[in-house]
Amino acid sequence: METIKLTIDKKLVEVEKGTTILQAAKKIGINIPTLCYMNLGDMNIENKPGGCRVCVVELEGRRNLAPACATDCAEGMVIHTHSIRVLNARKTVVQLILSDHPFDCLICAKSGNCELQSLAHKLGIREIPYQGEQSTYRKDTSPAIIRDVDKCIMCRRCEVMCNEVQTVGVLSAINRGFHAVVAPAFEMNLDHSVCTYCGQCVNVCPTGALTEVDHTNQLINDLADPEKTVIVQTAPAVRAALGEEFGLEAGTLVTGKMASALRELGFDYVFDTDFAADLTIMEEGTELLDRLSKHLAGDKEVKLPILTSCCPAWVKFFEHNYPEMKDIPSTARSPQQMFGSIAKTYFADKIGVDRKKLIVVSIMPCVAKKYECSRDEFKVDGNPDVDYSISTRELAGLIKRANIDFLSLPDEDFDHPMGESTGAAVIFGTTGGVIEAAVRTAYEVYTGKTLKKVDFEELRGLEGLRSATIDFDGLKLNIGIAHGLGNARKLLDEIKAGKSMYHAIEIMACPGGCIGGGGQPYIHGDSSIIKARHKAIYAEDEGKTLRKSHENPDIIKLYEEFLGKPLGEKAHHLLHTHYFDRKKEIFID
Amino acid sequence: MSSIKIKLKEKDIAQIDEICKSFNNEPGELINVLHKVQTTFGYLPAEVQDVVANKLNMSVAKVYGVVTFYSFFTMIPKGRFPISICTGTACYVRGAEKVLDEFKKQLSIKVGESTPDGKFSLNCLRCVGACGLAPVVQVGEKTYGRVSPDLVKDILKNYE
Repeated sequence: METIKLTIDKKLVEVEKGTTILQAAKKIGINIPTLCYMNLGDMNIENKPGGCRVCVVELEGRRNLAPACATDCAEGMVIHTHSIRVLNARKTVVQLILSDHPFDCLICAKSGNCELQSLAHKLGIREIPYQGEQSTYRKDTSPAIIRDVDKCIMCRRCEVMCNEVQTVGVLSAINRGFHAVVAPAFEMNLDHSVCTYCGQCVNVCPTGALTEVDHTNQLINDLADPEKTVIVQTAPAVRAALGEEFGLEAGTLVTGKMASALRELGFDYVFDTDFAADLTIMEEGTELLDRLSKHLAGDKEVKLPILTSCCPAWVKFFEHNYPEMKDIPSTARSPQQMFGSIAKTYFADKIGVDRKKLIVVSIMPCVAKKYECSRDEFKVDGNPDVDYSISTRELAGLIKRANIDFLSLPDEDFDHPMGESTGAAVIFGTTGGVIEAAVRTAYEVYTGKTLKKVDFEELRGLEGLRSATIDFDGLKLNIGIAHGLGNARKLLDEIKAGKSMYHAIEIMACPGGCIGGGGQPYIHGDSSIIKARHKAIYAEDEGKTLRKSHENPDIIKLYEEFLGKPLGEKAHHLLHTHYFDRKKEIFID
Repeated sequence: MSSIKIKLKEKDIAQIDEICKSFNNEPGELINVLHKVQTTFGYLPAEVQDVVANKLNMSVAKVYGVVTFYSFFTMIPKGRFPISICTGTACYVRGAEKVLDEFKKQLSIKVGESTPDGKFSLNCLRCVGACGLAPVVQVGEKTYGRVSPDLVKDILKNYE
């Protein structure tokens, strides 16, 4: 390995050839400020257009300043990262960006989490000497994501996520110069585009240009309405990340405090999406075995692999891009929607409340879930099964707004009957978890034997594409796992080409799965946070007494009392769905 | 920029396909492909961009990004008689702007637009290399030199 020696701020450093000045400086503890630069190392995601010039440094012997993020180290370089020339240049750069940026920090959704705001503070900017025209653009509100392009600083991070990582291809820089904006093709609104609402663009946007649709005010009104019974479900990935918003170390589980906080906020019943995740396994696992046995019996009509269908961004992705394969994914609804469907029938009957007066709210690590609950097929006479969804971030904001001292809350349990869950449901929150949960149940149902060990390490990990073979008592089941839509596309192209060797595939749209969802606390480029959440999810699973979905006593009772059997008529009606060909939904008005 | 709704015929799609193939459907050849497609169709409406994106296996947002970046590409159909007014230095100092204003007035359109009947479109260009004839106007393939505002009406009459 060829190495290079150079001097940064009078310190000698030796690095590999091809290392940028930014990386070299970091190696010796010098954190050069950046704005457009993004590096999610473990996920192999990098954005370094060298566009914002915030990271400029002074190089002895070079006339102009160099962008540290996009300049490779060379032998003998002498670099100054905080000379007066550098500090002044950085200040001017940020002042120029601010001169074309709205001054509504006080009421901006991103305030406190805005990288431009903190940079302006860090650089000691107290005035904007430049005044002139500001670029303006219409606000675009979709069911899940709001685009406020006036706040865009053209860092292009969202473009990298949307095009290179997710391969969705909605966002692109258009026009030129002062009129340049990031927008969908033909400047259509997001809801006319092939956007999946995965929210990865929101996660990486440094400013308030991309944010989630806020449902907290609607929730506050509903909670205050004595006519309404308001119930809540919380997704597994939320408990592994919510604590970060209250200063806890990443990976701290706050399940009990979260249940307690939701009760404090005034929800009438605090339930768990994990209950519905167990239910999903009952349906999806049964469907897997059904399709598998028919396929093995030689039924040519039955197609394999079966694909998971819990992720709404993934569902919208294949509806737009692979509609010809829309009979491959499982027909099982997502846990969020199964919960809503059961809450507004079984549970509403139990407590004697009309479905219109029962408000079902979900707390999700996701913004696509906002879109999912607005889909027409999940409504009965116009009344949605899940009324609306709020993100982990929104919940944290709400707890702070209500003056609840989160850290000193006692640990409480979920309510019954829709709060009981197993470890299999918890791991839905991370990549590999849904298929592991399905395997735990499918194995026991198929073989009639009890698993000696419920941990399937071979299905775990954070590699974007993984595969494993599970031995079902002689039947070798090939399983594929993809997270991130770009990886999903690779598996889908294989299936399309007739080259797929899998029986079952799990797909989650976000890198890391739901723990890295578009509605989670911002990680500001620190991908170790995703790893910590990943570990926390498996820790929660391990701590559970019950770890297989079919052993959940309240699920067993639900089938006995209400649903009949998995894939039965009632289950089919309430827990399954169908998909649409959205290729023809051409985005030209 | 608003897009124009058109329905592409099978043979148009085949033609775009042909052009893309001639560049091996290489995404890196996007600009060349768009150049050729615009020469063929006269402009690049949304549906044409959609087909190009499809053939080159890239997102239509990226294609649209390139189309809107380069002023050479247009999403508005050119008239049957495209008028180009040179506003290069020589023509400009000899009164090209006044000539341009007269065309705008006579046709009631702005630069980059076409007349509603699709007969004329108006564009500016920089220097056709005939500075000795400044100011210069081109209508289709024909070039007019030493144009003054009062000659504009007569030029347009040639195309009635």
